[in-house]
Amino acid sequence: MRVTLTVNGEARTWDVEPRRTLADFLREDCALTGTHLGCEHGVCGACTVILGGAAVRSCLMFTVQCEGKAIRTVESLADSEGGLHPLQAAFAREHGLQCGFCTPGFLMLVVAALEDDPELAEDGGRLGELLSSNLCRCTGYEGIRRAVVAAAGEMKARTEET
Amino acid sequence: MKPAPFEYKRPQTVEEAVALLGDDGARARVLAGGQSLVAEMNYRRARPARIVDINAIAALEVIEADGESLRVGALVRHVQLERGATDGPLGRLLTRVSRHVAHPPIRNRGTMVGSLAYAHPAAEWGAVAVALGAELRLASVGGTRVVAAEDFFRGPFVTDCGPAEFVIEVRLPALGADMGVGFVELRRTHSSFAMVAAVAVLGIADGRVTDARIALANASSRPLRVETAEAVLVGACATSASFAAAAAAAAAQADPVSEPHASADYRRHAAEVLVLRALAAAAADVGAACA
Repeated sequence: MRVTLTVNGEARTWDVEPRRTLADFLREDCALTGTHLGCEHGVCGACTVILGGAAVRSCLMFTVQCEGKAIRTVESLADSEGGLHPLQAAFAREHGLQCGFCTPGFLMLVVAALEDDPELAEDGGRLGELLSSNLCRCTGYEGIRRAVVAAAGEMKARTEET
Repeated sequence: MKPAPFEYKRPQTVEEAVALLGDDGARARVLAGGQSLVAEMNYRRARPARIVDINAIAALEVIEADGESLRVGALVRHVQLERGATDGPLGRLLTRVSRHVAHPPIRNRGTMVGSLAYAHPAAEWGAVAVALGAELRLASVGGTRVVAAEDFFRGPFVTDCGPAEFVIEVRLPALGADMGVGFVELRRTHSSFAMVAAVAVLGIADGRVTDARIALANASSRPLRVETAEAVLVGACATSASFAAAAAAAAAQADPVSEPHASADYRRHAAEVLVLRALAAAAADVGAACA
């Protein structure tokens, strides 16, 4: 089945089976293997991507549902020279990752949330609720939390400059 | 963990959608938010031959308050209810309950109507629907029909909705501006399923309960409106004693089963505690003193 969608700013038409999940499409057809697959039933959040501004589980969507839609994956975060997104840099600095398997999902979850509400990280309860969306099984959540708080400040300052 | 093959259809209208559902032989399933269905398909517990994706049917995006009720179409996502769909006690209740539905990315896609149609016994919206006396509108080739929430749920994952029809909207009756709402849930972690959840809606005037609606999620095979507890309260003084009596009545009406992390006795006890807390929350919400 033909489907036209935009991935990380590039619009293309693909021929996919209806049962192709968005996660498998990104990994197998687009070769964007930064999107990880853990549980494949919506619990772990490793496959989280941004669809039209909102964080979604790419294992729980079919590619054919994305006709005309825009998707962003973790590969879109760094700039063209490889400069890290403030959130990526903060994850590295604040020990927000260890094995890294869950990291792309956390990054996309948090980027969508901060773009929607730059004040989010100032509310510990809301941030805790957001971060409980995804599973991390080695680093622990405190490093991730510190990274988000640090990056939120930088992202806000950057927005105010421009 | 990959779905079995299926035929994909994306109708533009409800009429096209119901025509595609066909009869039993079509083995078709409706796809709205997909946050339960696609997981079931990944496990191959669900192997529909045809997926009818209703996401292009703009009419199902309706979310509209007309004074008497709030109409919630089949494409209204949990996040829309979380962000404040309507004013007053009903809006407060929907926001409070939404925050207990899975976690934010699931709430971005999943729908209230889809949750009702899926009929998971632990789902929060089922308890809200029976507590409020909501009505579901079902469409089929023959037209539409309305089913009361109380009659819609038959058991775990079993509803009054036949294979050739689907729920196009739910109507939640408006609550008077002076009503109080409460919702509490017991769960193992932040985004776990409810072990038990309780919703309470109270009207209190001059210290007396004028209206009480109480329902439990995951305390029976289907969302349970605990009329015995309501009967204890209506006309009684709004006191901690009457609330405790109502909570005991609710626990007696509950019919939980044992689960790996909680025995039936534990869950019945939890139901009593949660009803008491939900009533206290509703009384606080209405601003009435609870002596």
